[in-house]
This record gives sequence, C-alpha cells and structure tokens, in this order.
Amino acid sequence: MMPAIAMFAETRLVHLSPVDMVIIAFYFVLVLAIGFYLRGRANTGEDFFMAGREMTAWVAGLSFLSANLGALELMGWAGSAYQYGILATHWYWIGAIPAMLFLALVMMPFYYISKTHSVPGYLKLRFGEPSRALSAVSFAFMTVLMSGVNMFAMAKVMQIVLGWDINFSIWVSSLTVAIYVTLGGLRSAIFNEVLQFFLIWAGALLIPILGLYEAGGWTNLKVQIAARASEQYVHLWAGLGSFTSNPMGIHWTGIVFGLGSIISMGYWTTDFLVVQRILAAKDIRSAEMAPIIGAGFKMLVPIIVILPGLLGLAVLPVKLVPESVAAVTGGHSYNDVLPLMLARYCGPGLLGLGITALIAGFMSGMAGNVSAFTTVWTYDIYRPLINSKGSDHHYVNMGRWTTVVGVLISVGTAYLVMQFASIMDYVQALFSFFIAPLFGTVVLGMLWKRATGPGGFWGLLCGTLSSISMWAWVKVDPSALRYVALSPHAKALAQDMYQALWSFVVCVVVTVVVSLATKPIADGELTGLVYGLTEIPSVGDVPLYEKPLFWAGVVTVVFFVLNIYFW
Amino acid sequence: MISIWFFIGVSLAVNGALILAAGIFQLVNPPADPGVVLFNLHANVWWGAVLLVFGLIYCIRFAPGRQA
Repeated sequence: MMPAIAMFAETRLVHLSPVDMVIIAFYFVLVLAIGFYLRGRANTGEDFFMAGREMTAWVAGLSFLSANLGALELMGWAGSAYQYGILATHWYWIGAIPAMLFLALVMMPFYYISKTHSVPGYLKLRFGEPSRALSAVSFAFMTVLMSGVNMFAMAKVMQIVLGWDINFSIWVSSLTVAIYVTLGGLRSAIFNEVLQFFLIWAGALLIPILGLYEAGGWTNLKVQIAARASEQYVHLWAGLGSFTSNPMGIHWTGIVFGLGSIISMGYWTTDFLVVQRILAAKDIRSAEMAPIIGAGFKMLVPIIVILPGLLGLAVLPVKLVPESVAAVTGGHSYNDVLPLMLARYCGPGLLGLGITALIAGFMSGMAGNVSAFTTVWTYDIYRPLINSKGSDHHYVNMGRWTTVVGVLISVGTAYLVMQFASIMDYVQALFSFFIAPLFGTVVLGMLWKRATGPGGFWGLLCGTLSSISMWAWVKVDPSALRYVALSPHAKALAQDMYQALWSFVVCVVVTVVVSLATKPIADGELTGLVYGLTEIPSVGDVPLYEKPLFWAGVVTVVFFVLNIYFW
Repeated sequence: MISIWFFIGVSLAVNGALILAAGIFQLVNPPADPGVVLFNLHANVWWGAVLLVFGLIYCIRFAPGRQA
C-alpha cells in the first residue's frame, strides 16, 4: 500500500492548514450523513429515481443550476474569462437564460403532464421505441464516459493545486458519491447539489469582493484590463461585428444563433442530467418556477466565475499562458486563475472552504451524471429492452447496482484517460454531437403535431451523424473550418457554435421531410404530448408574484439590462 | 423529515465557526508572513462571522422540531 506521505506531491499551488483539512473532512462527513439519513426514503421507484416528485421550486431550481455548476465549469470559465475577457459571460447569459425560460414556460408542461421519467421516455411516448433507444443508449454511454473524464480532470486539478495523488482523489471522491447515491437515490443527489450551491457561493464570493477592493472598483478594473490586455476584453457585444475584432474570433451570429438558439436550448431543455431535477418537482407551478429560479441565479454566477478571471488579468503579477505552453515552460495556465486568486486572498479556513467548494462541485456533478445514467439505464434500456416484467422493488435494486456499476465505469474511464490523454478530447466532442439534434427532435415533437415516429428517428440520427461528420472533416482537414464555422479565423468555441447550428438544421429538415412522407399520427394518440392537442394545466389561482410568467418577465428585463450595461 | 435547509445551516454554521476561530487566532497572533494579499482586512474574521450567523438562522428556522 502507498505510504500516506507519498500521496501528496511536493509541488502545489496552495498549502492547506489543519483548519482547512478539518473543513474538507467535515464536508465528506456531512454528505455521507445525508446519504445515510435518506436511505430509508428511497424504497420505491418513484422515490429512488424521481425523489418522490416532491421537491419544492427552490430545491429543484437550485439543484437544476448546481448540476451544471461543476468545479471544472468554474475553473474552466474563469480561465476563459482570463483568456477571452467578458465574452465568456455569453455562456451564462444568452447561452443559458433564454433556454431556461423556454424550458420553464414552453417545454416543462409537456414533460410534466406526460409524467415521463426521462427525456428518452418522452421520445418513446411521442415518436416510439426506436427514437427512445437511440437517445437512451447514446445518453447513457456518453454520461458515464463524461463522468470519468471529469473525474480524471478533477483529480489532475487536485494534484496541481493541492499536490494530492491522482489515485487518492479518484477513489475517495467516487466511493463517497457511490455510497450516498446508492443509499438515497436522486433525493440524496439533489440534497447534496443544493448544499454544494451554498458552499460554492460561500467559498468563492470573497474573491470578487476582495479583488474589486484591490483593483479599486469596476471602473479602475476596466482601465487596468485595457492597459494589460485590450479594451475589447470588457465588452460583451461591441467587438462581435466581425470575426477578427474580438479575442474569441467569433461573430455575433454564432453567439445568437449557435449558442443562444441551439446549443443552450439543447443543453438546458433536453440534457437529462439537468432536466431530471425539474421532473422531481412536486407540482406544475414548482416545475415551471424551478428553471426560472435557476435562471435568476445563473445570471449572478459570472460574479464568482467571470469576475475572478478578469481580476486575474489586472492584479496577478504573473502572466498566464495556454495549457500546452504551461506544460513546457512550467508556468501557470489560464485554468489556474481561480486557484491562484483563491490562494491570493484566502487565508486559513477560507482556503479550505474554497477548496471544499471545488470538491463539492465535482462530486455533485458526478452524482448528477450517475443518477441520470441510473434512471435512463433502468427505465429506458433495461426495462423496455431486457426485462419488462420486473417488480418495482426489482427496478430499485437494479438502480442501486447500476449506480455502483456507473461509478466503476467512470473510474475505469478516468484511468483510460490517464493512459491516453487524447481520449478526453474525443469524449467531450462526442457528447456535443447529440445535444443540438436532440433539441430539434424534442422541440418539433412538442410543437408540431405532424411530426411522425420515423421523422423523429431519422431526423435525430441524421442530425447526429452530420455533427460527427463536420467534426471529423475539420479534424482531417483544418481548412474546412472556413466552411463549417464560416471563417478560417474561428476558434474551437466558434466551431462548436456553427456545428451545432448546422446539425440542428439537418435534424429539422430531415424530420420535416420524412414526416410529410409518412402517415400522420392520430390526434388522440398525441394528447398530453403536443402543443395544440394538450390542455396546459393552470398553475392555480395564485397572486401575481407567485406566477411563473411574472418572474420570467422579471428575469427577462434584468437579462436585457445586463447585456446593455456591459455592451 | 429533516429539511435540506437545516443541513445547509449546519454546514454554514460549522464552517463559519471554524473560519472565525482561525481568523481570531491570526488577529491575536499575527503571522510574520501572512501569505495573502489584503491580510489587514481580516476577511476570515468577518466572513466567518457572516457564515456563522446565516448558518445559525437556518439551523434555528429549519430545526427538525420546528417544521410544520
């Protein structure tokens, strides 16, 4: 067995004090205690897979947001803010808010009325078994692989930041997640995600507060960034008139139509990892309010993610470089900006809380992946395709075992990535292939009654294949970027935007053409699944300030004000 | 059933108390090299206190015995 002392490397970004270690240890004790406490409340399928469908709007909404607020997300986007400036905020505002509101007001009623357990489950009801099988198998497969990739990436971060051994990080975090999700199911995952939400804010909010104090306020910060980088680093839209006038090499059409209209819609409305949290809401009003609450807080997340990246540009004495350069020179990469800012301001105790926030973000992200995988495997693959006659108790046991197996596959993937680092890029690219076409299929299914089963299936398949083809084309011939992303200057993020846009278009065109060429589905079979044939349930006779539409309006106004202010 | 907000209260209160204690210790025994920028603001004292107060409010408001 490895001696304990050898588990910790000598080189690290930060050094933890005993009180920091106590805070981290307390977090592990608390999440395990929550798992053990909830183990008696996960005995039925509805309890284990859907948290009893009794979550309030606040719990479902914060969990919905938290499932996306992983540690790598925080560190990666802080690094992107250092690299690209305030442009990275687009992924939090136009790349999230319209999609969340669309989910709340347009799509959620259909998910909720159909009482589906999952997004593939909705496809089964709307388009039939082939569409469900295609989306369920691809989702389940990619979810555990992504979980493993994230696990390795996080273990690597812990090695760089804290000097922790990679094996130690992988096994401690994965065993903890396996225990609390196996015991308490989705409810346990949701509880820990809400806890993580508070820990992230408690651990990260001090950085922008102290950073702005040191920089002399927002106005002085802008002056310092303009001097050290470029004035374009503090403008959201002003530099998007051409591909070459902004640090990201992207045009506003890519942001609005690729990110705002397709990628974010696909992610926030059809990725089961996040949608599952909303399906656990206790009633239709809570299900509609949850994404709106999530949207409200999502608009604030740049304070703890983007602002530290911008502050790093202004106050850090070292210049950060790309990962590839840092690996050669031994310097710090863009992705180190958040830990560096943490180490800059946070003394004993505060540092432990900041690191706990990162660990919590990673573990709840993994729990989200595993709980979504478990539900899709059990309800959309195992039950319809392998054993349709099991009892509810049998499926709950299957869910518990699948949780353990899902964690083990993730661990296996993490070790695979450790041996073959390029796998990480392929897995992350693969995951993005399914999102945009899936959104096309689901949204046509909900809004166009003429869409048929074959139309849905072939649209989803062709859209996905087109996305893979474009990615492979650019991989083989990088000059193809001028066709896929409309500019040879486009960077990787810009390529993703346009790739998603074209695959969505392919999905929609194929779905429409095939649907018009095949026999329509009878209206009676589409009740509760399609707009125009479904009576949307009322949120009840509640005061104005409790109506989802009212709060969606408030969020929309704030969204526009923020975009105009930081134009 | 114990509310999730109670668990959050416990987490904030315990973390707040630990950070506050560490901050007070450093206030009483200032290190020769604080190792952080803006040490003079003693962020761990006031931030720890804020977390402790919020945590206690949540603990009391959502204590298992007080729920409807």
